[in-house]
Amino acid sequence: MEPIGVLVLCGMCDYFEEELKKKFKVSKFSDNEEEFLKENANSIRAVIGNGVIGASSELIDQLPKLEIVASHSVGLDKIDLKKCKERGIRVTYTPDVLTDDVADLAIALILTTLRKICESDRYVRSGLWKKGDFKLSTKFTGKSVGIIGLGKIGTAIAKRAEAFNCPISYYSRSEKPNANYKYFSNVLDLAANCQILVVACSLNEETRHIVNREVIDALGPKGFIINIARGLHIDELELMSALVEGRLGGVGLDVYVNEPWIPEQLYGLDNVVLVPHVGSNTSETRMAMADLVIGNLEAHFLNKPLLTPVL
Amino acid sequence: MAAPQQPDIKDLPVVLLLRPFPFISSYTDIFSNKFRSLNPSTSSLPLNQFLTTHANSIRVLICSGFKPLSSETLECLPSLELVITTSTGIDHIDLNYCRSKGIRVANAGDVFTEDVADIAVGLLLSLLRKIPEADGYVRNGFWLSKGEFPLGSKIGGKRVGIVGLGSIGSEVAKRLEAFGCMISYNSRTKKNTVPYLYYPDVRDLAANSDILIISCALTDETYHIINKNVLSALGREGVVVNVGRGALIDEKELVRSLLQREIKGAGLDVFENEPDVPKELLQLDNVVLSPHKAVLTPESFSALHELLIANLEAFFFNKPLLSSVNLE
Repeated sequence: MEPIGVLVLCGMCDYFEEELKKKFKVSKFSDNEEEFLKENANSIRAVIGNGVIGASSELIDQLPKLEIVASHSVGLDKIDLKKCKERGIRVTYTPDVLTDDVADLAIALILTTLRKICESDRYVRSGLWKKGDFKLSTKFTGKSVGIIGLGKIGTAIAKRAEAFNCPISYYSRSEKPNANYKYFSNVLDLAANCQILVVACSLNEETRHIVNREVIDALGPKGFIINIARGLHIDELELMSALVEGRLGGVGLDVYVNEPWIPEQLYGLDNVVLVPHVGSNTSETRMAMADLVIGNLEAHFLNKPLLTPVL
Repeated sequence: MAAPQQPDIKDLPVVLLLRPFPFISSYTDIFSNKFRSLNPSTSSLPLNQFLTTHANSIRVLICSGFKPLSSETLECLPSLELVITTSTGIDHIDLNYCRSKGIRVANAGDVFTEDVADIAVGLLLSLLRKIPEADGYVRNGFWLSKGEFPLGSKIGGKRVGIVGLGSIGSEVAKRLEAFGCMISYNSRTKKNTVPYLYYPDVRDLAANSDILIISCALTDETYHIINKNVLSALGREGVVVNVGRGALIDEKELVRSLLQREIKGAGLDVFENEPDVPKELLQLDNVVLSPHKAVLTPESFSALHELLIANLEAFFFNKPLLSSVNLE
């Protein structure tokens, strides 16, 4: 049987690449995209993207034989879902296997931001400890945590923060009947009533810039923002001016509007922790995600039910 | 209405501040309204002479955890009844001398427990998910020039071995359980009320753990409790986090194991010879280093001040101390 052409848009760990190549004809864009498409478009039946680069409207139009988009992510904002639905193109994603890692990262960002762990690691390495003690940092245990989006990841974050005796509150499109946390029907009230605001919702038209100037002001100069969702959830310009003007206690960011570029102002700040979109970046989880992507592709081409379909 | 009268300083009970820690300004007034402090650093007299001069009025002193309180100093204070240290650890105090003279010792009780537990978890997460390294990666522009950051290691499902299941160890256990870790421990005695697996031998604990968290007190028995045998049992995939005292770990052996990749990594808030850190560690990417700052938060300091004042009042009113340490 002719090997099935799969176009991979994102980076892959070694395990993923090896396993994928055992079962499919894997290709990646060359430097000359036009040339590449001319030669390969007709043999590409599947696309793999991730949370940063996905099957856009334009790409879908260029791949007439495309049957399935298997995203190596749980976020779907980079895929033109409407077009996929119209064309009958299947879409799968990788929910659940990465929930723990992303929730762990949210807490890691809270701890490293509040307790200045990265800064003090640099302090020791540069020899400054010999000159004097490090400064005070902010206690985490007992601080109120407000979560935007109480889905699987938001719930996992809440469970961890509870172990630190943090009172938990949340905003969601609608109140969750089984959640034992305080509900706020709007983000502004949530921000006014918590010290650490965590963004954990999916990105769509309603949630773009859900953290704006008013929300930042409501949180205040002793407040912290942690973003493990999408850069566009926060009005990045307003966030930068708040940080530069000292109107926020600090931020921990895993995502940015224009990755891998980050706003200039962040380089000069010591009350921020910056990590390069590593939410699901563990060998264990990447293996599980790889297995799930490959499993979905195999199921599709064998006419079996998809493992984790979106469409 | 007339302002309340300032107490006459001569009438206030005396407290010796030996190598005083900086008072938070909000507590300075409260303290000086209740107690008369004697501060050797404000005198030109050499320490022993200062102490001998005031010896008769000194029944209680406050010291910090960072410098030893030797019998040499204590011998200058024949009226001393109570030593209060602003640390949790009491290994810097000549306990034999205190025991022999019936001098009581009080420490910081539980005021630091949560902050230390938070730092233990923070160091572990930072190590496994490579947070300081990733932060440096972004700040140095490597995300642009080198591409994706290397993978870290998942926390859930890992076996955590806690050496010393006291207040701090228990708080660490509670936090890590929420991340899906399995908890076991070593302690002087088994604790029948906890649901965790007990290992009477630290080496066995290490052999059955992916992560060792050191949170016990430093005593003659626990000096270098983490030695070559234990590190070797922990193995290539194992990591160790120390928030107790530097001397709980054989530091030379730890450095060697890290350099040879015989263990995977370490998160350290304490070292054998602070503020000196073995220079080999400064270049390693599989360690997270912290300058003994686990308790350095305004929240802990406020709680410490409250406790100090409460202990002093209890002492002067012959009431039970709030955080006295059993010296037996």
